Amino acid sequence: MPVEYLKETPSQTGGPYVHIGLLPVAAGLATRTQEQPHILEGAGERIRLTGVVMDGSGHPVRDALLELWQADRDGRHNAGGFLGWGRAAADPASGEWVFETIRPGVVPWRDGRPQAPHVSLLIFARGINIHLHTRLYFPEDAAALEADPVLRSIEQAGRRATLVAARTGAADLPTYRLVIQLQGEAETVFLDM
Amino acid sequence: MPSLGDIIRRDRSLHPPPLTPQYKTSVLRSPRRALVSLEPGPGENAGPVFRADLLAPLDNDLIRNHARDGEAVGERIIVHGRVLDETGRPVPRTLLEVWQANAGGRYRHHNDSYLAPLDPNFGGAGRCMTDAEGNYFFRTIRPGPYPWRNNGNDWRPAHIHVSLFGEAFLQRLVTQLYFEGDPLIPLCPILGTLPDPAGRERLVARLDMQNSIPFDALAYRFDIVLRGRRQTFFENRPEGL
Repeated sequence: MPVEYLKETPSQTGGPYVHIGLLPVAAGLATRTQEQPHILEGAGERIRLTGVVMDGSGHPVRDALLELWQADRDGRHNAGGFLGWGRAAADPASGEWVFETIRPGVVPWRDGRPQAPHVSLLIFARGINIHLHTRLYFPEDAAALEADPVLRSIEQAGRRATLVAARTGAADLPTYRLVIQLQGEAETVFLDM
Repeated sequence: MPSLGDIIRRDRSLHPPPLTPQYKTSVLRSPRRALVSLEPGPGENAGPVFRADLLAPLDNDLIRNHARDGEAVGERIIVHGRVLDETGRPVPRTLLEVWQANAGGRYRHHNDSYLAPLDPNFGGAGRCMTDAEGNYFFRTIRPGPYPWRNNGNDWRPAHIHVSLFGEAFLQRLVTQLYFEGDPLIPLCPILGTLPDPAGRERLVARLDMQNSIPFDALAYRFDIVLRGRRQTFFENRPEGL
């Protein structure tokens, strides 16, 4: 018999009212101070990340909730008072979500190779039984994207582009947009780490 | 700083598969391609650290944290338990967030139009942190069952949604807590997304008379297990990394 460990508690969907507990302002609640967890404060270049999550029929997932996790501008986690974590709800009418954060630095991979700058994203929603894990990369980093150890581990090279955001024409802040396709032809790559 | 060991691989057979057609919304919201498996990197082995001063004094008391002119109506309960990882170690000072319907099964959310009324003194959101030994507790009212548009006559068992962070991004978990003895449990398509009956049992909180408060509140116990962390053996790391 293999060694027995405790078993992880099983996941269940966050459901349609996930905002009540995780982003009360988006549910119409004001039980807490008006927290804005989609805005990350920290030293570095301010950027905006936007996007939409699409279902397998091409419709926006308007009740999605996203969480972001990233390094600071020097590629460090949990350093210098930068929380590195954020949470955003899809707009209930359009499904659009937005984060305002700082551009992340380079984090070494487990063997010391540099990874291309990226943020990690988790997606929770009604109909998603266990949250989905993906990444957002930046289009300017062409050489670093080519060498990124995580992107290179995606066998079908054509699918790697699903993790690279597009720079938009926003004038106030560098803004990047990523459409996350849950299912279908251009399905986003989701990770199991 | 010495590098911490990897978070142990998730056993996805313990979790619901993405596509579970009896839960209809999963049909269009489940990836059709396989997940890409990778060993975790240093960023994935780390996670956000929330300071204890995030919490307001009533955040773990749902009977009072939305009170207008009295306390929430319903069966007063304390929910408590311990958060451990797969290796049996307690998970200290981790954020645990909960949300739920009121005693009549109505959520305080602008998308919920169920005819059961809102309770003016009940919001339905709470949060707490585990202590140094991984223990947590909150006080609330037992939520009511809730009808939903899945099949023609589906009702959710009484349940409380629970969200946890652990100490690494990869330990993140969102689940639901059910109540011992609820006859709706075996009928629920969402709980039924779990392939293993033993896994469904582990989402059922147990009545805990020892921790009930006489003439005040019943207690339920719900222990939670997050992914574990192992030592880094034989890892090919450059010196000093």
